[in-house]
Order: sequence, then C-alpha cells, then structure tokens
Amino acid sequence: MVEALHSHLPALLWWVPLLPLIAGGVIAFLPNRWGRFASKLALAALGVSCLISLGALACSLAPVGGKPLVASAVPWFTFGDSSVRVGLLLDPMSAGMGAMVTFVALWIFLFSVGYMDKEVRFGRFFGFLSLFCGAMLMVVYANSLLLLFLAWELVGLASYLLIGFYFEKPAAAAAAQKAFITTRVGDMAFFLGMIWLYRQTGTLLFFDEGRGLLESGALASLAGATTAGGLTVSAAASLLLLAGAMGKSGQVPLHTWLPDAMEGPTPVSALIHAATMVAAGVFLVARTHPLFAQGGETGIALTACAWIGAITALYAALSAMAQSDIKRILAYSTVSQLGFMMVALGTGGVAAAMFHLIAHAFFKALLFLSAGSVIHGCHEEQDIRNMGGLRHAMPKTFLAYAIGMMALSGFPFVFSGFWSKEAILHSAGHWPGGKGPFLLAATAALLTAFYMTRQALLVFFGKPRVPGVSHPHESPTVMIVPLYVLAAGAILLSLIGTPFWPWFEQWLHGETASFHAGALGEEGAIGLLTLSLVLVLVGVGASSVVYRNVSRDSRAPDPLSEKLGPLWRFLERAMGFDALYETILIGPLSVLADAVDALERRVLVPLMGFGESCAKRCGRITDTTDEAGLNDGFDGLCAGLQRRAQSASDTQTGRPQAYLRSIGLGMSVLFVLYLWLRA
Amino acid sequence: MLLLSLLFSPLFAAVLLGTWPGLTARRAGMLAFTLAWIPLILVAMIGFQEGASWSLPWMPDAGIHLTFLADGTSSLFLLLTTLVTLFSLAVSVKLGIGDRAYFALILAMEAMLFGVFTARHFIPWFLCWELTLIPAYLLVRLWGGTNAPRAALRFFIVTLAGGVSMLLGFLALQLTVGTMDFDALAHLAADKQLASELAQGFSAHFDGPTSLLIVALAVFLGLAVKIPIVPLHAWLPDTYAEAPTPVTILLTGLLSKMGVYGLLRVFLPIFPEIFPVLAPWLAALAVATVWLGAIAALAQTDLKRIFAYSSVNHLGYCALAVAAIATSQGDRVAVSSAISGTILQAFNHGVIACALFFVIALLESRSGGKRGLHDFGGLRAKMPMFCGLTGIALFASLGLPGLSGFIGEFLIFNGVFGLNPWSAALSLVGLLLTAVFLLRALRKVFTGPLPERFAQWGDLSLGERWLFAPLIALIVIPGIWPQVLLHFSNSDTLRLLELLRPTP
Repeated sequence: MVEALHSHLPALLWWVPLLPLIAGGVIAFLPNRWGRFASKLALAALGVSCLISLGALACSLAPVGGKPLVASAVPWFTFGDSSVRVGLLLDPMSAGMGAMVTFVALWIFLFSVGYMDKEVRFGRFFGFLSLFCGAMLMVVYANSLLLLFLAWELVGLASYLLIGFYFEKPAAAAAAQKAFITTRVGDMAFFLGMIWLYRQTGTLLFFDEGRGLLESGALASLAGATTAGGLTVSAAASLLLLAGAMGKSGQVPLHTWLPDAMEGPTPVSALIHAATMVAAGVFLVARTHPLFAQGGETGIALTACAWIGAITALYAALSAMAQSDIKRILAYSTVSQLGFMMVALGTGGVAAAMFHLIAHAFFKALLFLSAGSVIHGCHEEQDIRNMGGLRHAMPKTFLAYAIGMMALSGFPFVFSGFWSKEAILHSAGHWPGGKGPFLLAATAALLTAFYMTRQALLVFFGKPRVPGVSHPHESPTVMIVPLYVLAAGAILLSLIGTPFWPWFEQWLHGETASFHAGALGEEGAIGLLTLSLVLVLVGVGASSVVYRNVSRDSRAPDPLSEKLGPLWRFLERAMGFDALYETILIGPLSVLADAVDALERRVLVPLMGFGESCAKRCGRITDTTDEAGLNDGFDGLCAGLQRRAQSASDTQTGRPQAYLRSIGLGMSVLFVLYLWLRA
Repeated sequence: MLLLSLLFSPLFAAVLLGTWPGLTARRAGMLAFTLAWIPLILVAMIGFQEGASWSLPWMPDAGIHLTFLADGTSSLFLLLTTLVTLFSLAVSVKLGIGDRAYFALILAMEAMLFGVFTARHFIPWFLCWELTLIPAYLLVRLWGGTNAPRAALRFFIVTLAGGVSMLLGFLALQLTVGTMDFDALAHLAADKQLASELAQGFSAHFDGPTSLLIVALAVFLGLAVKIPIVPLHAWLPDTYAEAPTPVTILLTGLLSKMGVYGLLRVFLPIFPEIFPVLAPWLAALAVATVWLGAIAALAQTDLKRIFAYSSVNHLGYCALAVAAIATSQGDRVAVSSAISGTILQAFNHGVIACALFFVIALLESRSGGKRGLHDFGGLRAKMPMFCGLTGIALFASLGLPGLSGFIGEFLIFNGVFGLNPWSAALSLVGLLLTAVFLLRALRKVFTGPLPERFAQWGDLSLGERWLFAPLIALIVIPGIWPQVLLHFSNSDTLRLLELLRPTP
C-alpha cells in the first residue's frame, strides 16, 4: 500500500495544503447560520489532509539516503526569458512537521467545536482556522522559497484575522494589527533575502535535481560571493532570513506581538501562537540550515541565531515569572521555548530543534487547551491570582494540565520535553563558539520549571480565592478528549528522541535508526543529563518553597514581588519593550509624519500656488492685452457696423409711399445709367 | 480598422449622449454605461487577434503620420481603461452623480486615453495626452466638492505646464533630428545617434549630452507630473480629495497610468544615451516618492487623502523600476523583471485603487458625505461582507501574496535589487509603512464597539455586491495566476529589452 501511495505522492501532496484552503474559501461564502456545516466541512478537509500527510510520513520512513522523496516544480509565471517555478517537497523534515501540524490541528479543531459553541460567528472561525492550516501546510511542504514566502504571508493574514476575531474589543483589533506589522518587519527582511538569493543563484527552488538553492552548486556560489563588509552572500542572506524567522517566531526584539496575540480565542492561541505558526520561523531556519551552515559552525549567521535564541529564552522566562494572566504566562513560555529551538539551530542541532518543535507543539497545545478549559470552567476568568483549588472541581483538566506542565518544565524521563531540552543543552554545550548560549539556556530551563510550578500551584492548589470563581465546572467531553490525545503525544514522543535510541535524529538525517546503548558513556553525556535533572528539580523545588503558602487573598501581593521590588515590576512589564518602542519608534514616526504633512501643506502646496499665481498673472496680462487690443478693437468694429446697420434699418419705415419713392428714384437712376452706358 | 473603431466608439457615444434630446441624468448614465461595453468588446477582440494597428499619413511633408498600434502591453492598458471607465460609470449611476454632460465627458476622456495608449507618433499622442486634461478638469471642477474649483485649476495648470515642457522637448527633437516618430527615435537612440544629431542641431549652444539632457528632462517633467513623482505631486491630494469619487477613480486608475506608460514606452526607449547621468537622480526621486507617499499617508485623517497618498507611494514603485532599468548594464533578467513588474503594478494598482475609492464612495453615500478616519467604527458588526471585501482590497494594496499586488512588487523589487540594491532596500520601508496606514484605516473604520448611530446600517445591497464582484475577481485571479496578465506583455518586454541593450 505504501508503494501505491508512493507513486501518487507528488500529486496527492498538493491536496494537503489545498483542501483546507478550499474549505476556508468555501466557508467564506457561507452565511453565519450554516456554522455547524462549516465546522464539519473544515474538520473533514483537515481530516483528509491529515490522512494524506500521515501516508506521506509513512512513505518517508524508509531511508533514501538524504535525497528528498518528492521535489516537484511546475512553472508559475514567466517574465522576459525567465520562468519562475514552484513546487512541493517531501523529505523527513516536512513529512514530520506536516504530520504534526495536521494531527495537532485536527484535535484543536475538535476542541474548538466545544469551546466556540456559543459564538455567533462560529462558522467564520472555522473558515479562518482552515485558511491558516492550508497556508501553514504550504509553508511546510513548499519546495520554493517564493511559495514558502507566499504561504508565510497568508499564515500572517490568518493570524491577523484570528487574533482580531473579537473585533468589537479594541484591544483585540490593536493586537491583530500589532502582530501583522511586527512580523512584517521581519518579513521585509525575508523578502529582501529571498530576492538576493534569487539574484545570486537564479532559482528559488530548494531542490531541483542539483540546481536547487539548497544543493551544492548554488550553495558554493553563494558562499563564494562576497558583499559589503566582507560578508559572504550566503551569510548576508541567512541573516535576512533569520530576521524573518525572528518576526514569526517572536524572538527578541520582534517578540512584543506574541503576548498581545493572546487576545484571540484560546484554541487560536493553542494552534497558531503556540504549536504551529510561531514555529514557522524555526522551521524556516531549519529548512535553510545548509545556507546558514556555509559560514562554518561558528559563522556569523549561526552565531547570531544561537545568541538571539539564548537571549530570547532567558528574557521570556524571566518575564513569564512575573505575569498573572494564565495565557500570557504561556505566551512568554512559548517565546522562551522558541528561543531554545533557535539555540539548537544556531549550535548545529537541527534534529534537536525539530524534535523540540514537535514535542513543544504537543505539550504547549495541551497547556493552552487546558488553560482554555480552565478559563471556560471559571467563566472567562484569566487571572491566576483569582483561581485556586481547581484540581477538585476540574480533575480531568488538572491531569492534562499537569502532564503538559511537567513536559514543558522538562520533568525527567517520561516526558518528551525532558529529552528534547536535554538534546538542546547537549548541542549548545558542545558548540565550539563559546559557552554563553549554553549558560543562558540552562538558566532559562531552571526558570521554566520555576514559573510553571508557580502557575500550577496558584491555579490548581490551595483554596478558591475569589467568590465569583467559586463554581467552576469541568468541560464537556469534546474538549477533554483532545486534551488526553495531546497528553499522550507529549509522553509518547519521548520514546523516539532519547540518546539511547535517537531514531528521530537519524531519520531526519536519512540514516537507519539504531540503538546507542553506550550513549551515556560518551564524553559529558552523564554530566549533561544530571544537569538537566538538577535544573528541573531546583526550579520546581524553589517555586514550591516560595509559593508554599499560597495566600487565600487574591489581592495579597506575590511573595517574590516584595523581595524583588522594582525588579519585579520591571519583569511584570516584560522589561518595558512596548514602552521603549513607543518612545523610539512610534512616537518619532508620528512626529515625522506630521512634519512631512506640514511640509506638504506649508511648503509644497504654497510653492505650487506661487507657480499657479504666476501663471494666473501671465493670464491676466494676456487677458488685458486681449481686452484692450483685440477685444476692444473688435468690439469697436462691431459697434460701428451696428451703427451703420441701425441707420440702414431706420429707412425701413413700412410706408408704401416712401418705398415707391425710393423705387422710382432708383429706377430713374438705373435708366440714366443704362442710357449713359449704351452711348 | 478595429483600432480605429476603438478610438472613435467612445467619441461617438459621447456625441450621442450630448445631442440625444430629452435625456434624464439617470437615462444618460445607463446609456453611457451600455455604450461603454463596446470598447471592452473591441479591446477583447484586439487582445485575441494579438494586436492591431492603423496609420494615416496626415502631413506627409512634415513627416507626421497618425500611427496607432496596439500591442500586448498597450492591450493591457486599453483593457484597464475600458474596465475602469465602465466601473466609474457604474458607480456614478449607482450613486446618482452626474448628468448627460458628465457622462459624455467621461466617454470623451476614455477615447483620448485610448489614443495615448496606442499612438506611436508624438503628434497624435500628445494631442490625446493634452485632450484628456479638458474633460478631467471639467469633471473635477463642476462635480467636485466645495474647494473643487481651486483644486481643479491647480491640477489643470500644473499638468498643462508639464505638457508644454514635453512639447518643447519633442519640438527640439523635430527641429534637430527631423522626426517625432517614437520608433524612429528609439532606433536612432539604440544606434547611439540621437545625441550626436541633437548636438548638430544645437551646435552653437550645447554639446550632445547636455542638449540630450535638456530634452530628456523636459520630457520627463511632463511625465513626472502625471504619475506623479515627488516633488511634482503637490496637486494630487487636493485634486483626488475634491473630485467626485467616481472621477477620483478615473484620475488614479487611468490618468496616473499615462505617466507610467509614457515613462516605459516613450522615455525609456528614446533616451538611453543619457541614463548614466540621469539614473541616480531618478532613483533618488523614486525612493523619495515611495517614502513621502507612505509617511504623508500616516498623517492623514481623511480616507480619501490616505488613499491618494497611497497611490503616490504605489506608483513610486513603478518610477523606481524605471530608474533601475535606466541604471541597467545589460542585465537581461533584472531588466525584464523590472519591466514586467512595472506593467503588472500599473494594471493592478488601477484595479485596486478602483476598489479602495469605491469603498470610500460607499461610506460617503451611507454617512452623508463623511469620510474621516474617526467618523466610523465597529462597522464590521453591521457590514461583515463590506468589511471582508474592503479587507481584500486593502491587503491586495499592501502587497499580500496571493492577491494581485504582490507579483508586481516582487518583480519590481527583484529587478531593482539586481540593478540598484540600495534603493530597493530603502524602498522596503515604504512597503512596511503601507501596511501600517492601511491596517490602521481598516481598524478605525471596522473594529471596536459599534456606535449607536450606525445601528440601522445594513450590509451591501445586491447591486453593490455586483459592483464589487469583478474587482475582487481581478484582484484574486492575477494574484494566483499572474501569467494571465504577463502573457500579454511578455513579447513587448523582450522587444524593449532589445532596444535597451547596450551596444558593444
């Protein structure tokens, strides 16, 4: 069966992104009252996509020695003598990512059926979700940087639409706009990088029978060409692509949109702003990693990637410590985890990054959906200081949440997060470019355990703190089942990524998987494993101590805020990036805009008015000469004529006697004339 | 013959409208709208038979021939002209603007635009060029807002001054080189003869390059006013804002395209010898246009002025591409990319601008003439379809891939980056700022809580939906399948490429 599928794969693969896109397009035309049908249509389309992508994954399990399974290219448009082609690509990376996206999305769709139940624009929501999934899958399977960029922007559009789903709320509308524009800053760099690559190599296809962008010929030409500042073109283009990835994956300093994006409905936060879309940036870097790696392990592109990731990981973990909105904590933890993935990419651990990406998608989606279940159960309360003791009222949600929380914290041995984070620390620890990223990432790992424990304690333990939230209820089955499925994924994934049997890594590299019984014997392996363990335990332990007497009073300040004082408030404001941008970008820009507007109104328009008045003056001069010379002369002539005519008409008296007299006179004159002429 | 019918059909329609006894305004509008389908059919026929030409020796002794030629690129501009005119007429009828004279003037302007987009000799070209101005002036002056007389006069004087400068430039060519035929001049230029022949004519005063520079600048001035290129744009915001919205659609959809067309098909082929001197200045002006359009749009609160400046910004990319082509050192891929991009951008901007100004027309008609950024809010709750369609137009305008605006911008930036990387990088800021002011407009008008005063508003009527439908189709289809437009222009792109190739 796999063989039969294999031969049809190039054609079938198109349907993976197209089906959700078509479903989204159809739903756009459906009226609101068809909402139920819309959700079924979206689920069906995504279900078929999921089946195909799982089939593609099955096909890609057999190692083919590093060559992509499918690398198609069809002509899209022609300009001059050049033709631009786009196509799809199936290699282990896209197969794994595509299967993850469709699988996780499917369960989030199902969860949304319950969660968005009372929403008037229920169908519209599924239309946007479908549009998102289609675009995201196009990003994953694209075999062309141009197609990837196209889908990338559509993903941004879907994100914009979904963050602003509750458009009546000004905050949601503002957050949507902020998200689109902030990511667009990165996208412009991406666009420039793409064009640069195209100019240099003449192709935008990743794989094209040896002529593709990621194949040796093009890579060599990119690494060989240098540009301003002695950078190679490959490094410069990599940095531009990295900027694009930073926008999408919320890396410092382009991260500010992601916490605000939590204004969207919770399933959106789970699917888009935790599991899939924000990982697109990481995926882009992973996809174009051969390009990044042209400068060597410590080349500027990879070094930048590692440092930005490490700084982001630590920054976001610190910010997460001081948040009190359940979703914002998770948002900052997403930023932080994306930073971990970037560290892995920068230090050469592509497999570690992809493994963490996929594991993170499962447990972060799980956490967000559980948070959604909590919010749903607490009647739209989102402040963790107002919750407490929910483990009794919502035992199923609590179980799911606990699994997600332990996976994210990196609880040892049975949770995927432990192994993926361990792999990242391993990669960072062995990086020849320095220990900085490793140390930052290790600190961030400790803080992750700390703030996740804090959140779990405040939400699920102690006693209920606010009367308004005193009647929490468990969520319906349609919302609980997806939680368990994702929880199972968060645990089971750890099977394929341990150092003893690094199946995932070897598969990604196109090798046959094998056991590494002696993996622990390798240099430093035991040490790192122990370190990961210690970091988690210290984090959890410290948090349990600090928050052991979780106060009954929600207005009591956080125990840490008293100890840290101004530092706490600094962290609460996420180190003031928003205020900073307000001061250095938005303010000056509006001043500049007003200045340009004033220039227009005060200088250019009057200047043109001057030219205009000159023209008018010329006109007046001609006008005067016309009046005096031509018109008056003409008028005089006319008046004279008129006078003559008047006097002529005076003879027309109407009296027959006068006329007869004139006739007689005239005839006698004519007679005399006649006689005179005859003579 | 086909081309002749095309040129005269709107003129006859205009005359018919002007003389038909006892036409009410509405009937006149319906008649004009019906008659305006004829040119569309003729353009489609020209497109199918892949071009048409018509020539008449008018003053053979002076070498003046009425030569008209519709090739692929012309066909695209002709198609745009017919579509935008039809749309403008339909919007006028729908909103109840205008009387028989108004409709006759629009049709007369259409005829002149056909002439501009097909004439291959300066005299008929310039005649049509200047004659578009009279209907445009009258349309703004007589049917515009309270400050329309002033704005219209300014528009008239400034563009007329540009026209005079262009006329002087071509007269200089006629007197020295002895021809004003575009193709003849282009071939002279391709053989590097133009500067020397000019120098002979100007012998007493200037050397070859200087005289060519003067002539080129004179011609450029006339084209730049029309596009417009900074700092010759100052007439535009007031004129666009004061004109009745269907006329604004004509101004931005078509009149600005005359300038782009002229740059691409008259200026580029005739003056390549002077490009080494001119190109850096052109690029600087184009970047300034992109920036100024975007930044000035940020400061506006009148939706019409926002979109007016947005037009300046978008046509700045066309100017940027032309500047890059002028920089060309024989890089075929980059030049063909820039040429194709300019044509696509011009076409798509015309369609998208129609949609954007139509949105304003709808808002005005519902709110009793209001169109301030802060006059609305929360409309999406009452008008989800209107919001969705506006969103499509806005996202197309900011260059979202998958909609028509993107491919043009991709090709332009691809070409410009190859020829003049810094100006490409600088202009990207324009693309970013475009997103800022367009999304802000979308947010201010459609999101937030719904004010009480809009509680009675309904969504688009069936007629309004039908008006939107062709625009949305023309935005979505070329976005997914750009070849549908590129197919027309590509052979001409290659021909222009041959003319521009540097002779060894």
